[in-house]
Amino acid sequence: MLEALQYEFMRNALIAGLLAAVTCGIIGCYVIVKRMVFISGGVSHASFGGIGLGYFLGITPIVGALFFTIAAALGMGLVTRRAKITEDTAIGILWAMGMAVGIIFIGLTPGYPPDLMSYLFGDILIVPPSDIIMMLILAIIIILVVVLLYKEFLALSFDEEFATVVGIPVERLYFLLLILIAFTVVVLIRVVGIILVIALLTIPAATARRFTHDLKKMMLLSILFGGFFTSAGLWLSFELDLASGATIILVSGVTFLASLFLSRLRLMTGVGRG
Amino acid sequence: MSSREVVRLEDIWAHYDSLPVLEGINLSIYQDDFLGIIGPNGGGKTTLLKVILGLVKPVRGRVSVFGDTPEKGRKHIGYVSQHSLFDRNFPANVWDVVIMGRLGKTGPFRNYSKQDREATLRALEAMEILDHKDQQIGKLSGGQQQRAFIARALVTEPELLLLDEPTASVDTPLQTDFYELLGKLKERMAIVLISHDISTISIYVDKIACLNRELYYHSSKELAAEELEAAYQCPVEMIAHGVPHRVLKEH
Repeated sequence: MLEALQYEFMRNALIAGLLAAVTCGIIGCYVIVKRMVFISGGVSHASFGGIGLGYFLGITPIVGALFFTIAAALGMGLVTRRAKITEDTAIGILWAMGMAVGIIFIGLTPGYPPDLMSYLFGDILIVPPSDIIMMLILAIIIILVVVLLYKEFLALSFDEEFATVVGIPVERLYFLLLILIAFTVVVLIRVVGIILVIALLTIPAATARRFTHDLKKMMLLSILFGGFFTSAGLWLSFELDLASGATIILVSGVTFLASLFLSRLRLMTGVGRG
Repeated sequence: MSSREVVRLEDIWAHYDSLPVLEGINLSIYQDDFLGIIGPNGGGKTTLLKVILGLVKPVRGRVSVFGDTPEKGRKHIGYVSQHSLFDRNFPANVWDVVIMGRLGKTGPFRNYSKQDREATLRALEAMEILDHKDQQIGKLSGGQQQRAFIARALVTEPELLLLDEPTASVDTPLQTDFYELLGKLKERMAIVLISHDISTISIYVDKIACLNRELYYHSSKELAAEELEAAYQCPVEMIAHGVPHRVLKEH
């Protein structure tokens, strides 16, 4: 790993991976405990529309993705909360529509976009410094908002009805959380790609949850797991010459399954959990 | 009546999925009431509480809560919902959950204050679950969870406590304990308790109303047998089994 770090692209990749770990560690916890996995999957796939729009307009695709993803997140929030159709139906429809928009825009753009695959499946090794700066800014915003509104988000996640009664603007907070999810998706696209974003949003938090019942500790643990997954995945992909995004996800998934297996083993051998 | 009126419902009609669940409800709740609302499942009991809380908008009628709209007046209400649906693995301990009741008083962008923490401590003590404050909420027994949720409603320092089927997840021997606890609380606030279990609550509450889309209530603990029959749509012998005689009017 150390000799690999003499390359600038490896240092950038490591920084990108750690920024991804911080954002998905924090926001992934809300995604897990508030059961927003499906809507997050919808938001991340719909972001493909923004990538296509970026290509079409000739701007950096990730900037197109940022605005499009925020719009998609808010749109899904509005439809799922206000329209009289089932939430998962609404998400399924918007999920596919976002991707369709992306495909149409890419079709309308002359030539074939050279790095399209890197947005779909992630390529942490080619993250440009400008994207790292954007990821850093988004991560800082996410941390600030969550620190300032921690107790409100906790109440929102635990019991919306009670939060409403004690006077919390539940709906506005929910939309704010969706925007933070959109930010996280944009940070993660570069690392693992649109299709695999949902794995980093869920696996570190789900793994962390097995070890604590305190949301703050769960976030910290989740960041640590995320950092381990991205760096270990990056190193493995470098050593074995594998696709980085997919390697990161496999490292995450295998660790999660191992933690499940270990706790099952502990239960069977009768060693109490703390 | 010299007692202050805290909630007033006038000709309330409410729908659920375009089906009428409340039809022409008139109800006044006073500051020293301990009111039990009974009625069959699906009779609109929860909807009635949600109308008072401003969580369900009636299609017709006027709601006044502490002389204000439900949205403004509900800060004086402590609400304990049927919480059976919450996620048992949720990463929060009892303390985290109970102190949530202080959110409206603290406001955003800051930590809970010393007063918030003291109020939480008092409520945990009053509900006798202080020993469990660091335990994960989902790992408590049904009865202890119930106490935690009432503690959460109490830290808002309410003048009216609304309880939705509070004994649904409590073992029968513990229910007596629970009602004695409510007996203490009623000195400090109005209490409205809804339940489908007529026989138990009729022993403890001071007044009883019966709700099945329409409300039968005489500001007393008496209901006519015909009213119960109308609400439950079956002979009164079947529903009033075990109901103390003083609930049913002589006729």
